[in-house]
Amino acid sequence: MSTLKPEVNNQDHIQGDDSASVTIVEFGDYQCPYCGNAYPIMKEIEETFGHQIKFIFRHFPLANAHEFAFPAAIAAEAAGLQGKFWEMHDALYENQYRLSGELFDELAETIGLDLEQFQQDSTSEEIKSKIEDDFDSGVRSGVNGTPSFYVNGTKFDGGATDLYQMLKESAE
Amino acid sequence: MLEKGATAPDFELNATPDQKIKLKDFKGKNVVLAFYPADWSPVCSDQMALYNEMLKYFNKYDAQIFGVSVDSVWCHLAFEENRKLHFPLLADFEPKGAVSKAYGVYDEELGESKRALFVIDKEGKIAWSYLSPIAVNPGADGILDALEELNKK
Repeated sequence: MSTLKPEVNNQDHIQGDDSASVTIVEFGDYQCPYCGNAYPIMKEIEETFGHQIKFIFRHFPLANAHEFAFPAAIAAEAAGLQGKFWEMHDALYENQYRLSGELFDELAETIGLDLEQFQQDSTSEEIKSKIEDDFDSGVRSGVNGTPSFYVNGTKFDGGATDLYQMLKESAE
Repeated sequence: MLEKGATAPDFELNATPDQKIKLKDFKGKNVVLAFYPADWSPVCSDQMALYNEMLKYFNKYDAQIFGVSVDSVWCHLAFEENRKLHFPLLADFEPKGAVSKAYGVYDEELGESKRALFVIDKEGKIAWSYLSPIAVNPGADGILDALEELNKK
């Protein structure tokens, strides 16, 4: 059974309650259509199960297959430096159908980032290595495709819909 | 299926219409063989797409990775081009599945290779092998653990 390596830590982007009983980690790629499909379901999971859920997103860009996957991850991290990782994360998935090299600045403006700072941060080596660390963590944790989910540190064998179903059943 | 300690059977397979790969030419290097059923599975869950992102890891462990399936060289070429793969896919095409059979990972019923991984050490001995359920992409953590183990020696 594959387990999450390293465990959730302060380098992660975390949404939800600290005291939540269920921690979900997604390894995702902003250009992956399956991740795009999983996005609204993850939102629904967070809404339905509220305080019980903590959600973490780690980058797993398939950069050769998806030309905008890595730049999109950079955009999310650069937004994160201005405290708006999740706003960019949401905007990227909501606009996945028109993902392009020009989209990032537009989204940065839409979510109210300091554009100059955003562009400057987008070239930072630190951000690049943060994304590579996420990828490395995925590889070590047995990620075999995107999206891959880990529930309380153990690889979940299924997609977002299966995850929703499993949570619903265990809540009943 | 061949297990740890066995000598890896030598083979000569086409990587492109005019390039043959011989296993014995890779003595002195670690080799990863990833047998898989067929080209063209969906990209986000594709085993070869994953390994393609990991070439620098394999480099680090002085390892060369090869994908192996019964698809023809022309099919492999189109697949490599479409997915921008930067490592060789070998065509176990004629006689069909002969190398897969030699490694004990040929599915007679489907007429395809099973989903199996082998890590071969620098002397040509199998250091680790793994058979995955046909529908499950085994990822890469097992390969990396095996290569790490070899590196310690």
